[in-house]
Amino acid sequence: MAYVPLADQDHELHDPHTFVTKYIWSQDHKVIAIQYGGTAILVGLVALALSAMMRLQLGFPDTFSLIDPSSYYQAVTMHGMIMVVYLLTALFLGGFGNYLIPLMCGTRDMVFPFLNMLSFWFYLVSVLILMSSFFVTGGPTGAGWTLYPPQTITPGTPGHETGILLMLISLGVFIVAFTMGGLNYVTTVLQARARGMTMMRLPLSVWGILVATVLGLFAFPALLVSAIMMTFDLLLGTSFFMPAIMAAGEQLDYNGGSPILFQHLFWFFGHPEVYIVALPAFGLVSDVLSTHARKNIFGYRMMVWAIVAIGGLSFIVWAHHMYVSGMNPYFGFFFATTTLIIAVPTAMKVYNWVLTLWEGDIRLNTPMLFAIGFVFTFIHGGLTGLFLGNVVIDLPLSDTYFVVAHFHMVMGVSPVLVVFAALYHWYPKMTGKMMNETLGKLHFWCTFLGTYAIYLPMHYLGFLGVPRRYYAMGSTDFIPESAQALNANITIAALFVAVVQILFFINVFWSLKNGKPSGGNPWGATTLEWQTPETPPKHGNWGKELPVVHRWAYDYSVPGYPQDFIPQNVAGDFGVSDDHDHEPKKD
Amino acid sequence: MSFYKQVTSKPWEYQGPVTGSGPESAFEKESERIALTLFLVVVCVIFSLLTVTYYLRMDLGDWVPLADPAMLWLNTAMLLLGSVALQRATGCARKGLTRQARNAFVTGGAFAALFVAGQCYVWLQLDSSDLGVASNPSSAFFFLLTGMHAVHLLGGLWVWSKTSFRLFSTDDSAGVRLSIELCTTYWHFLLLLWVLLFGVLLST
Repeated sequence: MAYVPLADQDHELHDPHTFVTKYIWSQDHKVIAIQYGGTAILVGLVALALSAMMRLQLGFPDTFSLIDPSSYYQAVTMHGMIMVVYLLTALFLGGFGNYLIPLMCGTRDMVFPFLNMLSFWFYLVSVLILMSSFFVTGGPTGAGWTLYPPQTITPGTPGHETGILLMLISLGVFIVAFTMGGLNYVTTVLQARARGMTMMRLPLSVWGILVATVLGLFAFPALLVSAIMMTFDLLLGTSFFMPAIMAAGEQLDYNGGSPILFQHLFWFFGHPEVYIVALPAFGLVSDVLSTHARKNIFGYRMMVWAIVAIGGLSFIVWAHHMYVSGMNPYFGFFFATTTLIIAVPTAMKVYNWVLTLWEGDIRLNTPMLFAIGFVFTFIHGGLTGLFLGNVVIDLPLSDTYFVVAHFHMVMGVSPVLVVFAALYHWYPKMTGKMMNETLGKLHFWCTFLGTYAIYLPMHYLGFLGVPRRYYAMGSTDFIPESAQALNANITIAALFVAVVQILFFINVFWSLKNGKPSGGNPWGATTLEWQTPETPPKHGNWGKELPVVHRWAYDYSVPGYPQDFIPQNVAGDFGVSDDHDHEPKKD
Repeated sequence: MSFYKQVTSKPWEYQGPVTGSGPESAFEKESERIALTLFLVVVCVIFSLLTVTYYLRMDLGDWVPLADPAMLWLNTAMLLLGSVALQRATGCARKGLTRQARNAFVTGGAFAALFVAGQCYVWLQLDSSDLGVASNPSSAFFFLLTGMHAVHLLGGLWVWSKTSFRLFSTDDSAGVRLSIELCTTYWHFLLLLWVLLFGVLLST
């Protein structure tokens, strides 16, 4: 039985009738997307506050009595886990995935709307469980976001009893939520596209989200398995990961377990996780760049295949996170090789973004500024990845601020710039209002320059050998006084960047009320979400009839066509033909 | 257009709506079947990772092989009978034999519940013989692997109970035929998974 378009049915499914079914227990993908996105951003603000706390301690040690070693490590742990999993994964896939997949594919909703709703509520429960760990005895876990055993569950580590348990349960619930959502996204893209929307006509946003979701479905099981096994070690006294160990002068009841086994499982999830965040960002930024450069994306097929290749390769590079764990050198050689290979399709994408901009009719509005900013930060973060991918360079740098700078540039700043590019780009579709450009540009420049002020000096600190993960440096001969001055400056920049994010929130709420009406397609974009009969799209998205797709997603500045874009649902071959007579016809 | 042809096409060349009159689907199957297949792949990944960790942990020196309880053979038979019964339920549902489909479907679920009960009995038996979960890594893995398998079966029984309710509240089993077929696929999958896990446990 093939998918039956709802337009052909007598009544729409899960049609909301009350406030509760429309806005709270909603099965509409757009509402669920906003619920996912709103929750992710709120929890992300908690993580941002935690990073400010860390930076205060690092920049001005012994100044704030509120921050002791335990609370510092708890802040490090929660900041990392929230940012990677609960903010970026949830926002890109639960937020943008939910909003854009049905609209870009030309369908009315996800194929399993109830499961979609359930996915959000499970996600919310996972967030609440995680947040509850701030209020239990001992506080949240302070084991570092990688949760490495044995210290994760040995006495002396903050939150080694309740905090870590809540973290593991929360991750389990999150993975269930992700699986429900992920099955939905993949099935919808594969099975429910509008007529004419072949796979190769899909916008790159959908490709990025699709492949990232598949990665998530294959990678999160590794985190689930390691979380369950660690819970066994914690609650039932098994020794999957726990070796024989003394803690606080006492021999613990563990014997023979392998902490390295945990590291392998964790990073088998952890490295694809980088691409679970990066691939949707790659897709979204491609669409933003193409639209605002008024040019078709350069090398569409290459971009699609690069997304797929990066996705596949991301499963065979995980041990480059473990060079310092004492692995066999041949093992290290293998993973260094695969790591450098993955740079090839990634570099192709970067070249293609730059070539898309080449001789484009570039409109430097806020979303475009954020998108171009991403290209800069991603190149910088990516290049330092080439250093760290090599074993001999990684060994001395691994435990220094060089690594902190690298991964924040490549999977912190870069995806967040894409988040902002995408929010500024699709906000008019979500609300029917334009955002304020002046505020948006101010937000961009403060964020872009501010993040460079934070992370460029961190590379230098890393070269000096300043170790990461330390609460305080104390008196260390090899670290000069000037390094501390640099640390203080980094903190000031970090606090500045954190505070200027308020510009974005002011803009969002101010524009909701006072923004100029956007109309349906303010950017002159080709993809289907901009062709809905109403803006913001109503329940069911497409009115009575689903769109029919006639062309790919990147017909910009086609010679012979009166406008500089041809929407995907416009019929007619305008290519390079001299025949200008036929009128565009919208389906 | 085949999937291969699609992903190697040149989308920038204008071709109009290129395919038939309906919406695009990559596979000529129901969405539910595609989602279930994907889910089964995810479950395969989970158990593959568990099996790999099982073999890696086994080499660490403190492993004492566990003598697998004989009861497991009986439990395996229960799961097999459950699978056979659900296969029959699918056959009957396809032929429109509602009463027989109901009987076979309920029997299939009952055998699965008996399997889970049997596994619980084995866990209690091991625990009372000082072979509890923390006694040795082999016991820990036994509880982990069989427990994870049982959790998946319990999830299946939840869907089975919903389908049973629908099956008994309507005279026409054709409406729930797809649910019956999907339950059957899931039962067969969990049987195959159990046979593989049992093989691993027996051989080590």
